[in-house]
Amino acid sequence: MTKGLRRIIGAATFAALSVGWSSLVTAEEPLKIGFSMAETGPLAGSAKSAILAMTMWAEDINAKGGLLGRQVKLVHYDDQSNTANVPAIYAKLLDIDKVDLINSGYATPIIASAIPIAMQHDMVLIGLFGLADNAKFKYDKYFSIFPAGEKPALAILQPFFDVAMTMNPKPKTVAAVYPEMEFGHSIMNGIRAAASAAGLQIVYDQGFPPSMTDLTTVVRQIQATNPDIVAIGTQPGQSIAIVRAINEVGLKAMIVGGGMTGLQTPDAEELLGEQLNGFVNFNVWLPTPRMQYPGVMDFIKRYQERAKAAGVDPLGYYIAPWAYADLQILGDAVEATKSTAGDKLGPYIHATTFKTLIGDVTFGASGEWAKPRLLAAQFQHVKGNDIEQFKGTEKLVVVSPEEYKVGNLLYPFQDARH
Amino acid sequence: MTITYPVLVNAVITGLLMGGFYAALSVGATVAFGLLDIVNIAHPTFAVIGAYTVLVLNRSFGIDPILAGLLLTPVFYGAGTTLFRVYYHFFERRGDEPMRGLAFFFGLMFIAEVVLIMLFGVDFRYVRAPYVTTTLNFGSIALPLRLAVPFAGSLVMLAALQLFLKKSFIGHAIIAVAQDPFALKLVAVSPVRIKRIGFGIACASAALAGAFIIVIEPLQPAVGRDFIGRVFAICVFGGLGSLPGTLIAAISLGLIENLATIFIGASWSPAVAFGVLLATLAWRPSGLFGRG
Repeated sequence: MTKGLRRIIGAATFAALSVGWSSLVTAEEPLKIGFSMAETGPLAGSAKSAILAMTMWAEDINAKGGLLGRQVKLVHYDDQSNTANVPAIYAKLLDIDKVDLINSGYATPIIASAIPIAMQHDMVLIGLFGLADNAKFKYDKYFSIFPAGEKPALAILQPFFDVAMTMNPKPKTVAAVYPEMEFGHSIMNGIRAAASAAGLQIVYDQGFPPSMTDLTTVVRQIQATNPDIVAIGTQPGQSIAIVRAINEVGLKAMIVGGGMTGLQTPDAEELLGEQLNGFVNFNVWLPTPRMQYPGVMDFIKRYQERAKAAGVDPLGYYIAPWAYADLQILGDAVEATKSTAGDKLGPYIHATTFKTLIGDVTFGASGEWAKPRLLAAQFQHVKGNDIEQFKGTEKLVVVSPEEYKVGNLLYPFQDARH
Repeated sequence: MTITYPVLVNAVITGLLMGGFYAALSVGATVAFGLLDIVNIAHPTFAVIGAYTVLVLNRSFGIDPILAGLLLTPVFYGAGTTLFRVYYHFFERRGDEPMRGLAFFFGLMFIAEVVLIMLFGVDFRYVRAPYVTTTLNFGSIALPLRLAVPFAGSLVMLAALQLFLKKSFIGHAIIAVAQDPFALKLVAVSPVRIKRIGFGIACASAALAGAFIIVIEPLQPAVGRDFIGRVFAICVFGGLGSLPGTLIAAISLGLIENLATIFIGASWSPAVAFGVLLATLAWRPSGLFGRG
């Protein structure tokens, strides 16, 4: 063998080994899913529950061999419940961590900040509990994990107004109260639309600053208008403040509640206890017989076993199964298309009905659920502050829609409170 | 919208009571910022630390929250004097205090929040006391005790502090230290020691203010941020260093917020409240009780 030939064979062997080694490294590299999440700040209570559920999904999928033959790794950073932190987090995820897929944080305002980034990179984004986030962007690769349907702002309140209109005598007036922020304005639009559809007269329609410490003056203003329905759209801290204010003022109305986020979580239930009696609020899932979809009760059992140690929502009825389903959908789409590219995943997700923990999920043209599936549930006969009483469906009774109803609405509100 | 008599009277009462709470929260900033020239932007966060400590005492030993706040004042005084030593050593001694000191307290605020999150998590926390959920009703007039008790506590705290500043030698020295530290040296008083005591007192007030916070509203680590604007506005509006000015400014803010809520809507209440503050400052730049 000549010296030149030996050199060629040597170089070829080295190149082949290099390619093989590099393929081996690629094969072993995890498939990264990146997202921001409110690990601190006012949204953290639910967001940390979501992280546990997503971690459980990653463990489950990795136990089955991962996605596209690669182990899945979740990469997430704390957005501090602050929209201003979201762009920098996604820039880091995409440019430094080189994630393969992105997901959203929790909830409406955080998702709204992430959508433009997904659009710039032509990536699929599944929003976790956002309300009408895509209404302005109309991004064809955005999908919402929140069962609000194609008219989300209206859907969150529809079961509340549906059950309200079954009361006798029929209500005639409505008061709308909401914080001056994106979420509040979405709710406000929903209240106005629902009131208009039901032929109700709006007698109070006012926002309040999100940082307002005491809402008793606002509640007294509402009482002065003597409304039949008090429709409220608030975020966690505000929901607690307004429940306390309503109890202090002794608000009288036929029905009170609507879109109060945070009251679905055990910390609010434990904190407010009996003060919650009578409130009718939206809910996304409760363990009613018709909502025990395949796998969900087993998931809840596994989640509850880990929640206490993780210091998160011990019941897991609110966001946990949805966070798991969020990644279930993303994972199923990746496996089906054998791709992480937005232009493959987007059309597939639009065209597919996914079997998930939270039932069958089909998306409409806007990326919202094709059909809404929200509940209105009333706190009934709550005694003391023991969180255990909220297990099951006896204290938080689904009163609307008819399909999922397990009990009757107690009214007027002041009677339901006792 | 029709304003009924009960709505108006209750709004005034709520405004007064909230104003008292704002005063308790602002008095420490008034002492630190107004009298000692220390821009302690972390003061509301110190109050939140106080609130969490009160929570621990209430939940673990069943101690009444206000009493717990009172018991914590010596501890916070000690912590405040220690913190001042650090601040003095690294900033004031070098003459770097204005901007770098501000950055120091900003950083401290964020660190404190993160530590609270790690220790207590992010869920809303609350205390148990008979007055937290009791409202006294006098006809159509309601008096929620969760606001009335902190209001009364705040008045007592401000009165005691005012008495201390006006009647004691140390109090006089605290008032004098920002105006003329050199003059203090002439009467053999160390301005650094006086500032240390003053800062300790400011921090001690945060323990009681923290007790009031957790009585008034559920607590989470970032709640202090909601009050930074109000606290410093009250401090400036009251005349930077005047305790009666702080009380009047705080009550004015509470009243304006609540009256704006019923007359033009809650959305406008911060804008109206801060608008009135700005207009007053334009008319009287040194604040209500400032020397100017």
